[in-house]
Amino acid sequence: MCSRFLIETAVISVLALSGCGKGADSTTSSQSLATARDSTADVIDSALDPGVDHSLVTSNPHAATLLENPEAVQTGMRLFAQYNCNGCHSNGGGGMGPDLMDDEWIYGGRLEQIHQTIVQGRPNGMPSWGGKIPDEQIWQITAYVRSMSLPATLAAQNGPTPSQRPAPLPRDVDQDAGWAAPEDATNHYTTTTKGP
Amino acid sequence: MRSLAATLLLSSVSLALRAQTVPAPVPDNGVFTLKEIGHAIADPTPQAGRTMPSVANAPPDDGQWTMPSKNYASTRFSSQSEITPQNAKDLKVDFTFSLAVNKGQEAAPIIADNTLFVVTAYPNYVYALDLTKPGAPLKWIFAPKPAPASQGLACCDVVNRGGSYDKGKFIFDTLDGQVIALDAKTGTALWRVRLLNLSEGETMTMAPTVANGRVYVGNSGGEMGVRGWISALDEDNGKLVWKAFNTGPDKDVLIGADFKPFYDSERGADLGVKSWPPEAWKIGGGSVWGWVTYDAELNTLYHGTGNPGPWNAAQRPGDNKWTAGIFARDPATGAAHWFYQTSPHDEHDYDGINEQILLDMPFQGTMRKVLIHFDRNGFLYVIDRKSGQVLSADPFGPTNWARGIDLTTGQPIVNPEKSTRQGEDVRDICPTASGAKDWNPSSFSPDTGLLYIPHENMCMDKMDVKVNYIAGTPYVGAEVHMKPGPGGNRGELTAWDPVGRRPVWGIKENFPIWSGTVVTAGGLVFYGTMDGWFKAVDAHTGALAWRFKVDSGIISQPVSYRGPDGHQYIAVLSGVGGWSGAVVSGPVDPRDGTAALGMVNVMSDLPKYTTAGGTLYVFSLPH
Repeated sequence: MCSRFLIETAVISVLALSGCGKGADSTTSSQSLATARDSTADVIDSALDPGVDHSLVTSNPHAATLLENPEAVQTGMRLFAQYNCNGCHSNGGGGMGPDLMDDEWIYGGRLEQIHQTIVQGRPNGMPSWGGKIPDEQIWQITAYVRSMSLPATLAAQNGPTPSQRPAPLPRDVDQDAGWAAPEDATNHYTTTTKGP
Repeated sequence: MRSLAATLLLSSVSLALRAQTVPAPVPDNGVFTLKEIGHAIADPTPQAGRTMPSVANAPPDDGQWTMPSKNYASTRFSSQSEITPQNAKDLKVDFTFSLAVNKGQEAAPIIADNTLFVVTAYPNYVYALDLTKPGAPLKWIFAPKPAPASQGLACCDVVNRGGSYDKGKFIFDTLDGQVIALDAKTGTALWRVRLLNLSEGETMTMAPTVANGRVYVGNSGGEMGVRGWISALDEDNGKLVWKAFNTGPDKDVLIGADFKPFYDSERGADLGVKSWPPEAWKIGGGSVWGWVTYDAELNTLYHGTGNPGPWNAAQRPGDNKWTAGIFARDPATGAAHWFYQTSPHDEHDYDGINEQILLDMPFQGTMRKVLIHFDRNGFLYVIDRKSGQVLSADPFGPTNWARGIDLTTGQPIVNPEKSTRQGEDVRDICPTASGAKDWNPSSFSPDTGLLYIPHENMCMDKMDVKVNYIAGTPYVGAEVHMKPGPGGNRGELTAWDPVGRRPVWGIKENFPIWSGTVVTAGGLVFYGTMDGWFKAVDAHTGALAWRFKVDSGIISQPVSYRGPDGHQYIAVLSGVGGWSGAVVSGPVDPRDGTAALGMVNVMSDLPKYTTAGGTLYVFSLPH
């Protein structure tokens, strides 16, 4: 798949993207917009990306070290408690802060986006941790946060305390992390709650 | 894109886990009975007089509802009698008004000068509606624009418990700790002060008490390692008159020569320091997020103090003064008169912040001036409010953490089986962390002599775990899983005879009752349920007289008033949320039982019954 190619490519060019998905017939002006974005190497926080193929994301080489890495998610789980993340997000179910075990990502669910949210903080109550704890640890917490909603992690839940056996992140974890609409007909964002 | 197989796997897992059911209730014999653990220093003497609030604390009803508690005595009794158990079936919606905020609405509508005032949950809009015109059109809206970051510091939804009207002003506070006095006619701010340090995790959710030219407010944040305090502001300009902390040295707590607690356990220099590990009092909680009661008769202020922090009790050996108890203070200076600690070295999050109802009550053959307090810890305390002596302490909800209160020492007789230990999951502790009853206030009718207690029937498993203090983040240190109490009904409305020390009738509710009650001279008690029923029941018998299904669950404080046309009206806010309703109003996943501090474990089915909302409803008889 085209997007699989993207995640394994550290340097992404606009030309490489242009053959991919909806952006195939981008206009010249949208390509120049995209070039500007690419050159700043900012992490994209929004699902709305005017004039550009939606699958354009930068890829941080650091994120790659978290993939298929059981130690990263285990360490992340320990740090998640150590830094009181669980005080707000519980064991993924939320409370003072949003839940992390479902597939909705307010500020993006790609590893870089999660990392950025932890580093920068967010206006509705998420503190900024950048510069306060080692960046390596923020990446490990990122891995655990992303693991909470993995099917394998959810399947390992036994009883009312989830996320205790976090599955390692699969190599394709960043390919659908809640900001791009799924291509297939199955809308797995939908849940049905039945009445009493 | 995620593969189709992965998609299907996720869907099936989600459905399986979302079907998680409410845990089994604690068995009937898992709690102590009233007979086993209720205590009083003397037998009832009902013949000595009739239980009533004093006129100073409950002046004749003028038909308005100017403060959430109705009067200083906090009876929440309305003298309006047009609506009765006989005609309540004819009650109709008179008008509604959307609050435009779908978070937990805990406030009481305030009625003064033919205007109805409402404060919403964050972002704390204030609406003023003109009751003299059909449909009660909007007079003004005030948007205080509190700091958005405060949303992430509020432990249990972004609630607000309402404002107060006094001398042409509407006074309220905001989640980020502003106290604001508005010109009630125009909605313009007369004064506005900010009292909090958000970076330390403080917020403000309580309803300010306005009395005697002062505004009394306190902080929230017992789950964030704040240091609790109460302040008095000048009602005319918002300037600070005094501030008392509830932990730390006596000079900070305003403990001085006037401090004469009844029990030995409250005596000694700087107990607010010495009853803690070194420095722990600085982050020890004891916030004032509940009710502050002004006693116009004895010129005294009473307020509870919140839980000690962190919840992990192993990190704070000692009594943890002055958390989880009740202070009596001088309203002018803040100087402490007495203190009584309801839960010394609290291990279960039993904040002492619930309301106090001030009554004159027969006891030991004479009329005594008492304060009635329904604590989170499950005991209903009758306290001599001059001396701070506990006259009786009876369980009104499921209780097994203590085998009663020793009334010679004032100390709870702690049941070691339900004491928490770091790293060990202690099962079936009753009541649960949110208490046998939380903040939502009771009412008292001088006609029936009964208290109408809206409360919970829930217990918990609690495992204390080590927690680090990081300013501005939660300081809890516990894994909690709540569950229903004996019988499985999670809520109950109990009519309680304070003189006879016994429940007279009760109504079991599926969900915890998180709304207040109001009782009327017409002989009705009104309350709301978390699944959205607004109910009127006979104050003498508890028989259901009327009910109406509103748009969202009710966790607010209903009121009764006389409109400009002379007719009786009942007003209430819908809008589920709060700690117990966060599973609906908050960004919370019902698959995590520990979510919302363990509340989700017992409330995971609430999304089947109600959705978030926020609407003012006003009811009356056809006329």
